[in-house]
This record gives sequence, structure tokens and C-alpha cells, in this order.
Amino acid sequence: MNKLSLPGLLGLVIRRDLMLAMRRRADVLTTLIFFVIVVSLFPLAVGSEMDLLRKMAPGVVWVAALLASMLSLGRMFSADYLDGTLEQMLLVPQSLSILVLGKIMSHWMLSGLPLVLMSPVLGLQFDMSGQALLILVFSLLIGTPVLSMIGAFGAALTLGLRGGGVLVALLVLPLCIPVLIFGTGAVIAVTSGVSPASNLSLLGAFLLMSLLFTPWVSAQALRISME
Amino acid sequence: MNWLDFFAMKGYAWYVWGSYGIAILVFIIEIILVMHKRKVTLQQLHLIRDAKIED
Amino acid sequence: MAINMFKYAAPSTFYGLAGKLIPVFAWPAAILFCIGMYIGFFVAPTDAVQSEAYRIIFIHVPASILSMFLYLIMAGYAALGLIFNTRLSSMMATALAPTGALFAFISLWTGALWGKPMWGAWWVWDARLTSELILLFLYLGFIALQSSIEDPRRADRAGALLAIVGSVNVPIIYFSVKWWNTLHQGSTVKLSGTSMHIAMQQAMFTMFAALWLYAVAITLLRVRSIILERERNTQWVTELVEIKQ
Repeated sequence: MNKLSLPGLLGLVIRRDLMLAMRRRADVLTTLIFFVIVVSLFPLAVGSEMDLLRKMAPGVVWVAALLASMLSLGRMFSADYLDGTLEQMLLVPQSLSILVLGKIMSHWMLSGLPLVLMSPVLGLQFDMSGQALLILVFSLLIGTPVLSMIGAFGAALTLGLRGGGVLVALLVLPLCIPVLIFGTGAVIAVTSGVSPASNLSLLGAFLLMSLLFTPWVSAQALRISME
Repeated sequence: MNWLDFFAMKGYAWYVWGSYGIAILVFIIEIILVMHKRKVTLQQLHLIRDAKIED
Repeated sequence: MAINMFKYAAPSTFYGLAGKLIPVFAWPAAILFCIGMYIGFFVAPTDAVQSEAYRIIFIHVPASILSMFLYLIMAGYAALGLIFNTRLSSMMATALAPTGALFAFISLWTGALWGKPMWGAWWVWDARLTSELILLFLYLGFIALQSSIEDPRRADRAGALLAIVGSVNVPIIYFSVKWWNTLHQGSTVKLSGTSMHIAMQQAMFTMFAALWLYAVAITLLRVRSIILERERNTQWVTELVEIKQ
């Protein structure tokens, strides 16, 4: 096989992951259904008073997105780890970071992106205004990739361990808190009549920073877990 | 100095002594746990030593 | 000096040194604790606004500062272990974690007990207290991760990576929480504004020193057990007095 360029490698990893996921469509759907159910639980739990729901909406949607993202993290590396593909990936001469980035991107496409697309529908359940919905979608669009990246780090670190999903969540959730704060902050800003620009730009900064560092750090974590 | 007044801490007794009480309790528990761990580790090493002697 | 330092970088030599150092730190810790408590309760005057309840700060503030300080030291040792492949550095990181976590817990508990009489709620979402809670989660994550990995070397290195990423995140988390706190107009847990009475400063500093010395002593004690466990198959361990008798 010809030596692949880095973008070529990236495309290969993503295409492969997407193909595998298509064969197991249920996995992708369960994440989405979980998201919808969690969000729907809140009005049932706190009552249908619209004022309260409107205030809670960004927080609820964001926390649900966070939890749904945690749930699907197990899938990122474990399948490849179990059938030996991951070991082969470690031997690839091209950068392992690129491979990890590819896995992160396909994970986001399969769990983050559906959440982003679903969120306006859920936001309507909470009687969010059009403006708020737009900013919610936008904040999720920028923020969920960061969640996938932080999640990748956690998944790589806990590869093959007994603790399972709970351990990953324990490690990853504290690190996701800034994303949560500014994600919801953006929506709250717009509903208070203030510009969401500062929140969104901070989210953007998080996105850039994670793009720069997370693939490499996660690759190191994979090496530590695999030797 | 009136000791009763001192302990009452102007009504905040539970909060003040509750804080220091828990802190000291935590330290004591930590010390006990670490010393216990040492004891258990030494016991395990003695077992290994005895097993080696038997060979 | 440099040669001496490297001599004690080996578990075998450090074990003995640590044993000798424990009383050197433990006794002053106990004495300073008593002195600090004395100054805090008998010398420092009653606060104008917060009455006697403010005296909690003499344990709360040192515990908070130390919990953060210990996390950085832990991450530093872990990083050393990762970069230079020195087992002892990683063992020190593992030894520091429970102490740091307990200090974070004390900080939260005393913070809540300070908040209740002062601000009426057991938990005020003050930026510092909330960051402290997240710090506790970071400690617990580190401990949980190391506990679930069987292979000691993988545990060392995975923990190190987690601790380093955690340290980098601590300022980000603190900044985010601070911003969030101002947005939601939370309260700030503070003393009555103006400069502190000299005795309060003395009590605070003494208690801080006491707790720091305690942390060193207890960590040295803990690391000795870790060393024994990890190095149980070596010659020098079997030759130890504790083992031979």
C-alpha cells in the first residue's frame, strides 16, 4: 500500500469508523434516544411551569449532551482494542495523533453532531425563544467536539479497565466543566439580552486549544495503556 | 476566663467545634489508616519470607 | 549536593531516609498545631462582623491552600516519574494523593460550616468553594484511576498524564467558575473586608506551617509502605530489619 498522506490517513480512519458504525446503527441511535429521554425527564421532575423550564433549558440540554457524550465514549477505542486493530494502529509510521484525531472526529459525527441537530426540537419543549435556540445550537456545535476530545483522553487512559464507563465519567466530567459553564453561559447571555460573543469566543478558544493538544495527549495515553 | 462561655463560642459552638473536630478526626483516621497499611504490608512480607524459608 | 540528591532517588536509600525524617516533621507539626490553635482561640480577638464563627478560617484557609499546593506537587512528582522513568517519583505522587484529597475534604466541610452561620446556607456556590469541590473530584479521579490499573508502571504513567492534564486545567476551571459565580451573583466567602488583626495572621500562618509539616510526615509514612510493597522482590527489602525478625 502506498504511503498515505496525513489527510489521507485521517479520511481513511473516519471512513472506516463511519462504515463500522453504519453496520451497528443501534449504537448511534441509543445515544440520541438517551439524550432525548434525559432532557424530557426534567419537565416531568420539576413541573411544567414555563418560566422555570425556560430558565433551566440551556443547563438541562447541555448536561444531557455531556452525559450522552460520556455514554458513547466506550465505543471510541474498545472495539478496535478488542479485535487487535488498535495494536496495528500503534505500529503505523504516520503520526498516531492523526489517527486519534480521526477517531475523535468520527466519534463526534456519530454522537455530537446528532445531538446538535436534535437540540432545537428539545429546546422547543422548554419554550425557548428562536434566538436562544440558535445560540444553543451554535454553542453545542462548538462545544460538543471539545467534549469528544476530552472524552477521547479519558477513554484512552482507561482502555480495557474494569471501572468501565463510570470511571471515564469520573475522570472526564470535571475537565468538561468549563465547556459546560460557557456553553450554557452563551444561551443565558442571549436570553438576558446581552451578547453571547464572549462566551462563544471562549468556547472557540477551548476548541482550538483542544484541537492542538488533545490528539497528541490522547495518543500518549493510548501508548501508556497499550504497552 | 469563663470556660463555658469559651466553648459556647457566642452561639457558634457547633460550627466552630464541628469544623475543628472533623479536621482532627480526619487527621487521626488518616494516621490510623497509614499505620494500618504499614502493618498489613509488613505482615504480607513476613508471609513471603516464611514461604521462602519453607522451600 | 547533586550527588547526594541522586543517592536518595533510589527507593532503597530513600526508605531509610524517610523513616528518619518522619519524626523531624511530625513533632514540629504537632507543636505548631497547638500553638496555632492557641493564638487562634486565645490571642486573636472576636471579629466585629462574624463574631466567633470566623475562627474556622484558621483551619479552612490553610487546608484549602495546601490542597491546591499538594495537587501541584503531586503532579510535579508524577511528571518527573513519567519523564525520567523514576519509580520513586511516581510512588511519591501516589502517596500524596490521599492526603491532598483529605485536605480538600476538610476545606469543603469547614467551608460549609463557615457558610451556614454567615450566609444561611450549607453550601454557597462561592467560586473558591466550587473550585475546591472540583479539585476534590480531580484527586478522586487520580486515586480511582490508579486503583483500577493492576500493572504498577501503567498506573504510574496513566496517573501522571491525568495529573498533568488536571494541573493545566485547574486555572481554566478556576477562571470559569469565577466567571460563572459573578454571573449568578453568588456570594464571596470572605472576612469583614479590612486588614486582618496581626494575631489572626499569625494564627493562620502557624496553622499553615503545622498542616504542611503534617502533610510531609504522613506522606513519608505512606510512601514507605508503598515502597515496601512495590520493591518486595528486591534484595534490600529482604535484608531489612523489619522483615528479617
